[in-house]
Amino acid sequence: MLRINRSKTSNSKFPKCITGIQGLDVITNGGIPKNRPTLLLGNTGCGKTIMAMEFLVKGIEMVDEPAVFISFEENTSELEINVKSFGFDLDKHIANNKMYLEHVRIDPDEILKTGEYSMEGLFVRLGHAIDKIKARRLVLDSLDTLFYSFDPHVLRSEFKRLLSWLKEKKVTAIITGEIGNGFLSRHGVEEYVADCVIVLDNRVVNQITVRRLRIVKYRGSLHGNNEYPFIIEEKGITVLPVISDALLQKSSSKRIPSGIRDLDEMLGNKGFYQGSSILISGTAGTGKTSVATTFAYSVCQSKNRCLFCAFEEAPNQVIRNMRSIGISLDPLIKSGQLHFYYARPTLQNLELHFISIKKMIDEIKPSVVILDPITNLMTEGPNSDIRSMLTRFVDYLKTEQITVMFTAAITVGSIERNPSDEGISSMVDTWIIVQDIEVEEERIRSLCVMKSRGMAHSHHVKEFNISSKGISLPAIVRTKLASNGSKRINKEHQNLSTVTGSHDFKETAR
Amino acid sequence: MAKSKKIAETAKIEVATESSGGGKYILRLFVTGILPNSARAVVNIKAICETYLKGKYELEIIDIYQQPDLALTEEIIAIPLLIKKFPLPEERLIGDLSDIEKVLKGLRLN
Repeated sequence: MLRINRSKTSNSKFPKCITGIQGLDVITNGGIPKNRPTLLLGNTGCGKTIMAMEFLVKGIEMVDEPAVFISFEENTSELEINVKSFGFDLDKHIANNKMYLEHVRIDPDEILKTGEYSMEGLFVRLGHAIDKIKARRLVLDSLDTLFYSFDPHVLRSEFKRLLSWLKEKKVTAIITGEIGNGFLSRHGVEEYVADCVIVLDNRVVNQITVRRLRIVKYRGSLHGNNEYPFIIEEKGITVLPVISDALLQKSSSKRIPSGIRDLDEMLGNKGFYQGSSILISGTAGTGKTSVATTFAYSVCQSKNRCLFCAFEEAPNQVIRNMRSIGISLDPLIKSGQLHFYYARPTLQNLELHFISIKKMIDEIKPSVVILDPITNLMTEGPNSDIRSMLTRFVDYLKTEQITVMFTAAITVGSIERNPSDEGISSMVDTWIIVQDIEVEEERIRSLCVMKSRGMAHSHHVKEFNISSKGISLPAIVRTKLASNGSKRINKEHQNLSTVTGSHDFKETAR
Repeated sequence: MAKSKKIAETAKIEVATESSGGGKYILRLFVTGILPNSARAVVNIKAICETYLKGKYELEIIDIYQQPDLALTEEIIAIPLLIKKFPLPEERLIGDLSDIEKVLKGLRLN
């Protein structure tokens, strides 16, 4: 089945029209059906007009296809102003005869019906507009205004006629419409648009707006079936089709030092694998951010770039705090090696954070990305969503061969009780835990490597020492009497076992 | 442009209602070639004008296949379309004009 479809597309029996909208061409395997109409459905304010307009503008800019925009709602000057904020300069294209805007004003009160009629007047206008600039692309925005004003029975048959007429005209068209209950479109017209139906959605989850796109139908072509998040911002629309194609992932055998000599020693003397994912989890105040920043510092020292995504502390605070352990980040920021992404998690939802981060990654091409802490993002949205989102994001980073380090705050002794953390730990390659343990009536900070795929690593619990000279990991000293010592060792084992559980050894066995 | 036209219209309405008895009816029928609806509309409007407006009307039949620009300037969507240009206010009637009651009401002839 799959093969049949593939060969179809590769034989180009099914020509496609590139939309130029970031991500959409990936999901649709190359664009929407060429010379055919596509239905773009969604509620008010979910971005139909912008998406349609971007399709036209990109068509002009990328493949030089003249375009007609027929608006039934906004008049042309309003439309121009509205899309200008997305950087679409229509004036230029209109002046070059590459774009033609027409407002079809419909006033239902003005229309008195005295017998049978057709929409031929509209067809004449469309045909005239298309011929005027030899348009290859067309947008009708939106269908519903028409349906509110005229008899739906007449319109349905006229709509059918319109579609076959558009196919004859050989224009690739996007027709927008509101989504209905029961029917996909409010007026049940999708059955005529047999080729491609895209649905946009705008919903509020935990007080944060999430936009999603889904291809409901694409006859004769492979397409992504999922709901894909998308954002609308200054440069237009970006759909986030995180490809989790494991085949694309490369597994590097190169190593990248952690910046902490003692930690490298624990990791087979070499550090992390390049392009792997690393989780630092631990209770509050155990120094997770210090480990992460030390790593970032070391990456920058070796002339690589690093993106530090801070979700908890503002960059300035991180910089100040790191100064106290002898790490000065300022020069690295000035030299453009260290970049900060700082946003309050509640500012937008997880996808949007990821999309923004992805954009920064595309711009600065870092070799390491740090998310500090990932648990702050967890508060937004249901857990399963986040895990799948995070998995896709990690997959994306892996295909790009970017090493990623998360920190995660956990509550004391709660790994078994904290499923979200479990979820992350199965997804990462290297898992390091920092926590306070009790040794002889004394609490000391400790660090241990829970797992590290594909390398021999130490199973020792080390003391985790942060001083003005940086981080060191001396072995836990046992100075007291032997009897006491054994007691302490027992205790230590006890403490450890509460943390590690049984799966530690399974992980290391991999 | 549409807005200013509207304002002008409302200003003229009172004058128009006073003088509506006097001037001729100016009617424009927009059709598309000889499509069945269009052909019927032509027959119907001619009959209506001869019956109710004999001697006091001007009827222009315009084929927008020939003059597609007019489809834009007159903001035409549905066809056939009858526009009563005078007396004001302007009225727009769509369809083949077979419902005579409605046509008369639209033209304010009843």
